[in-house]
Amino acid sequence: MSDAAAHVVILGAGHAGGTAVALLRQYGHTGPITLIGDEPIPPYQRPPLSKAWLKGEADADSLALKPLEFYAENNVDFRPNVTATALDRAAKTVALSSGDTVSYDVLILATGARAIALPIPGADLSGILFLRTAAHAEALKATVGPGKTLAVVGGGYIGLEVAASGRALGAEVVVIERETRLLARVAAEPLSTFFKGYHETHGVRFELGASVTGFTGQDGRVTGVTLADGRTLPCDAAVVGVGAHPNDELAKAAGLETARGVVVDLDARTSDPAIFAIGDVAHRPMPIYDRMFRMESVPNALEQAKQAACAITGRPRPPGECPWQWSDQFDLKLQIAGYAFDADSVILRGEPATAKFAIFHLKGDQVQSVEAINSPPEFMMGKILILNRKPVDKARLADPSISMKEVAA
Amino acid sequence: MAKVTYIQHDGTETVIDVKTGLTVMEGAVKNNIPGIDADCGGACACATCHVYVKQEWLEKTGTKSAMEESMLDFAEGVEPNSRLACQIKMSDALDGLVVNLPESQH
Ligand SMILES: Cc1cc2nc3c(=O)[nH]c(=O)nc-3n(C[C@H](O)[C@H](O)[C@H](O)COP(=O)(O)OP(=O)(O)OC[C@H]3O[C@@H](n4cnc5c(N)ncnc54)[C@H](O)[C@@H]3O)c2cc1C
Ligand code: FES
Repeated sequence: MSDAAAHVVILGAGHAGGTAVALLRQYGHTGPITLIGDEPIPPYQRPPLSKAWLKGEADADSLALKPLEFYAENNVDFRPNVTATALDRAAKTVALSSGDTVSYDVLILATGARAIALPIPGADLSGILFLRTAAHAEALKATVGPGKTLAVVGGGYIGLEVAASGRALGAEVVVIERETRLLARVAAEPLSTFFKGYHETHGVRFELGASVTGFTGQDGRVTGVTLADGRTLPCDAAVVGVGAHPNDELAKAAGLETARGVVVDLDARTSDPAIFAIGDVAHRPMPIYDRMFRMESVPNALEQAKQAACAITGRPRPPGECPWQWSDQFDLKLQIAGYAFDADSVILRGEPATAKFAIFHLKGDQVQSVEAINSPPEFMMGKILILNRKPVDKARLADPSISMKEVAA
Repeated sequence: MAKVTYIQHDGTETVIDVKTGLTVMEGAVKNNIPGIDADCGGACACATCHVYVKQEWLEKTGTKSAMEESMLDFAEGVEPNSRLACQIKMSDALDGLVVNLPESQH
């Protein structure tokens, strides 16, 4: 269905949408491209918002995927501050908040996900923040600093990154988590324990197994977080990081198949052949695990942008990837490859006390996933082992004196 | 501004004025030069910004961190002049830098 002159309309000017634009042009698509985004700025990277950018180590220019001029120079009609409000698949048109309608030959849904709000009293006080957009990050940066107390609700990766950056900026930080351990849904127990200890050493306080029941405020501004046990923890600002919800409402209303997001195939194509869905909004097949799921990571956004751009320009489908992501906290680099679905054993390689170790999850003698702290060889080789499903000797894997290359040989 | 010449695997050369302070990776990515994927955006976490630095420039690009060294160790087609482009910050001293891009970043 390759048609180099087709009008491609992309809804959502984030990491996936912005990458799709760049790849379509790299792959020789010559037809018009329209990129619609509800944020005021061109596509940018979100990971630094909780890391380098928050600490003041990266500026707005370095966040942007491409400079603003790129879009006009490449015949891309980029429309910021515009929300897509409805999709008419029969007419192949999209209605916009500006009152305009655009017609498409090919449509890419790249609307991402949004931060979930807590439905509790006081949630609309000022000073209660989310961290999804550059505007959110600006608001957060303006409120953290020496003498301020920041409450982080949710002990996931973004919450922990914000906690680490908050400490680097001199703020007091308390992390409140409903589960009895950090990263409960996404990481192995030894990793949770390690992160807790490392953060505590750097002055972060934790309230685990604690439910937030409300926020207290004065003159419309948050002053504390109330817990189920009746205590109120004072704070000057609170960041709520309890997960994200896919922006799949347009797709649902238009009758596209959805599950935990918009259902797509290996080309990132939805149940309508003229419509693709990529990035955080997509519920996609992952052949190495033989199942479908929705991921929230940059590598996933890039991979699916590539799948869609290949399909649209008639290129062969990219080879299957091993999903991965990373997180930076203090001087720790965490790299995660794969997912621990169906894993039946856990192998620790290295000593957590040295802040250099890796946790492998295996199904039988095949690696399903690896969480590597300051350990690039374990991560890089782990990725290869997950993809090629080569059996490994568990005893050798657990022995850091045997190099990863030898373990995998 | 400092000039960087990016040479694709097929020999195509592109010369870009890169703002000093940006990295060699950012110079390529922001100008949509194919061949540098930079999946992690410069966090030294992906090794998909692998380049070969022309010999005469190698010393001026500085030394590799332990993290870069061990990420590179697992990239494909690594040579003594391999670097991760996100770890080379542009400065006036690097004006005229020439880098070759590998056939693929995996
Ligand atoms: C603080 C933070 C830190 C992160 N750190 C990491 C990390 O370290 N590593 C990693 O791999 N991933 C990380 N992620 C996740 C990663 O940023 C996302 O997976 C990625 O941005 C997904 O890209 P996307 O294009 O699907 O969605 P987004 O980048 O969210 O883009 C979607 C865009 O569409 C817009 N939009 C939505 N609905 C409409 C509409 N109807 N009309 C017009 N526009 C619309 C949204 O406003 C947004 O601009 C982080 C995310 C955050 C928020
Ligand atoms: S961009 Fe990822 S390591 Fe350089």
